[in-house]
Amino acid sequence: MKLVSETILSNVTRAGQGGVTLRDLDDSGTLIWGDLEVVLTTDAHTVKPLFFPGGNIGRLAAAGTLNDISVMGVKPLAISCSIVMEEGFSRSRLETVVRSMNEVLEEVGADLIAGDTKVVERGDIDEMIMTTAGVGVTGRGSVIRDTGLKPGDDIILSGTVGDHGITILSVREGFDFQLQTQSDVGPIWGIVEAALEVGGVHAMKDPTRGGLSNALNELAEKSMVGIEIEEESIPVESDIRNASEMLGVDPYSITNEGKVVIGVDRELSDEVLSSVRATARGRKASVIGTVVEGHRGEVVMETRIGGRRLMEPPVGDPAPRIC
Amino acid sequence: MDLSSFHDRDAVQRAAKLLLRKAPRRQLTFLHVCGTHENTIARYGLRSLLPDSVRIVAGPGCPVCVTSTCEIDSMVEVAQDHARVFTYGDMFSVPGSGRSLRDARADGADVQVVYSLADAISIARKSPKPSAFFSIGFETTAPLAATTVLAGVPPDFYFQISHRLIPPAMRALLDAGEIRIDGLLCPGHVSTIIGAEPYEPFAREYGIPIAIAGFEPLDVMLALIDLIDQVDSGKPRVFNEYSRAVRWTGNRKAQRMIERVFETCDSEWRGLGTLPESGLRLRDEHRDLDVRNRFDLKPREPAPMPPGCRCADVLLGSADPSDCPLFGDRCTPPTPVGPCMVSSEGTCRIWYTYGGRGRG
Repeated sequence: MKLVSETILSNVTRAGQGGVTLRDLDDSGTLIWGDLEVVLTTDAHTVKPLFFPGGNIGRLAAAGTLNDISVMGVKPLAISCSIVMEEGFSRSRLETVVRSMNEVLEEVGADLIAGDTKVVERGDIDEMIMTTAGVGVTGRGSVIRDTGLKPGDDIILSGTVGDHGITILSVREGFDFQLQTQSDVGPIWGIVEAALEVGGVHAMKDPTRGGLSNALNELAEKSMVGIEIEEESIPVESDIRNASEMLGVDPYSITNEGKVVIGVDRELSDEVLSSVRATARGRKASVIGTVVEGHRGEVVMETRIGGRRLMEPPVGDPAPRIC
Repeated sequence: MDLSSFHDRDAVQRAAKLLLRKAPRRQLTFLHVCGTHENTIARYGLRSLLPDSVRIVAGPGCPVCVTSTCEIDSMVEVAQDHARVFTYGDMFSVPGSGRSLRDARADGADVQVVYSLADAISIARKSPKPSAFFSIGFETTAPLAATTVLAGVPPDFYFQISHRLIPPAMRALLDAGEIRIDGLLCPGHVSTIIGAEPYEPFAREYGIPIAIAGFEPLDVMLALIDLIDQVDSGKPRVFNEYSRAVRWTGNRKAQRMIERVFETCDSEWRGLGTLPESGLRLRDEHRDLDVRNRFDLKPREPAPMPPGCRCADVLLGSADPSDCPLFGDRCTPPTPVGPCMVSSEGTCRIWYTYGGRGRG
């Protein structure tokens, strides 16, 4: 990934003028427009299998893009969607996928205002690839970045981790773990809105690729602070934990599609937590750690049994085509 | 079985306090020979709970890491010229003297990653063609290979038997005297097969305290407490902390299976050289299943570790991964230089994953 971003960045001279540029490698980019800041993001979705417990590629595409805008502290207004599908892709499956997208849009109150569909020959791609772009608008300078954490801040995680990644892997590997828990794929705007209403939000990140561990490490690095995490406070469903042990996959390093990590001023932390817990998707929110001056750029974890170790950012791809 | 008490925070903290109270005045170094133990230690941050005078060091407890480059090179040759090769995921990416099975596959060789021997057999039955299974591991995985041989394999199915034995490796480490070892933490899974008996000679002849430990944090802490007690009392013995899974005599049935199908032989451990009677090979009556018997494979010499790579020292316990100049720099899981960074049981890989770089 590093190589890809280096190749791209070294060949784009027009990477943004003010606002959040391509070089910032944040969840979204922004344009300054007078007193306003316009937020734009895009993602391709190659999840395999297309349909999984808790959702499908349509739900994933819509939620993923809406969340990338939300996590900048901005209400998502609209998305576009481009679908490339294999010849012979069933109409009823296409309908299900599109209906799922619409469900997510309804939940957030955003619109699909542009789209494209292409059909390629059988075998040219694997069933379907969806690319979405999203847009939101806010007051100039009020975008929340991942550079804003301050020592003393609390770190709030909006809910259980590992749900999406472990569910996909279990299905893909053909393990019948009889999981009760499903993918968490869904919009986080409700949670973000609740937190913003209270205030004190300094930084946010959604723990998608690379999971919670990657999100925390990026926040620590970009904000140039240290983070201390209490493993015991990290919410993980017990069936997901058991499945992850059996798969040999770390639930803290695997993709989530309906969660957000929020760095918040300690003074307002309690209120933000209650506010988030009152939302439909934030019931299991929890303070999982704090921001410190020391060990800048690093995340230290107090383990379940009271030992200490570094929480290293995951390397490589523990699971391809999970999002 | 409810293992929650073995990673109960209070219990582990009490064990840690006890360890601190028993902290020896002189520096003690305990060695373990199991990647899964290193995983538990690193993942739970157990080293941060130990007194300064107690050090626990990882030995060559990584079957993928110690598989000889000759064996890997031969399997690459098999894949390129003779047969479909079945391998575990970890082994897939380890280079021999040059190439790995992954490299061979990238060039069009038929190499399939499987989770188990059973998977390989199943695939071979469904799509028959000459096949070879890269059978690696310590004593833990040998019984299954033995049972499979006895049950009968599909036609044209062969084995590269690369199993190695832990007690001979322990003996070699103690004889080499590269590092001072004050006690040995013995591997839980291997011991379920071989039992506690085989470690007795070490306590007796070498006067080394021995503790067989399970894989939960509390298992390791309890074993360490006992090792310190043994050092204090001056009466070394074999302590079986993992009594819920290990019997003194081990699994006799599994041992008999192994004996029926395999015999011991000298074996080259990557980074450590040839250790006497430390490997397994198929007995004469099963030799027709040996891939070396079926195909005319080139004779090979063991290759040294890549330049700069300190894997050999890490395997001996005489260096930590962070002592290697390549660690975390040129050598990382996506760009590994030595085998210790490839395997999930490799000390370097574990340290890279769980932050063994510092005590945290």
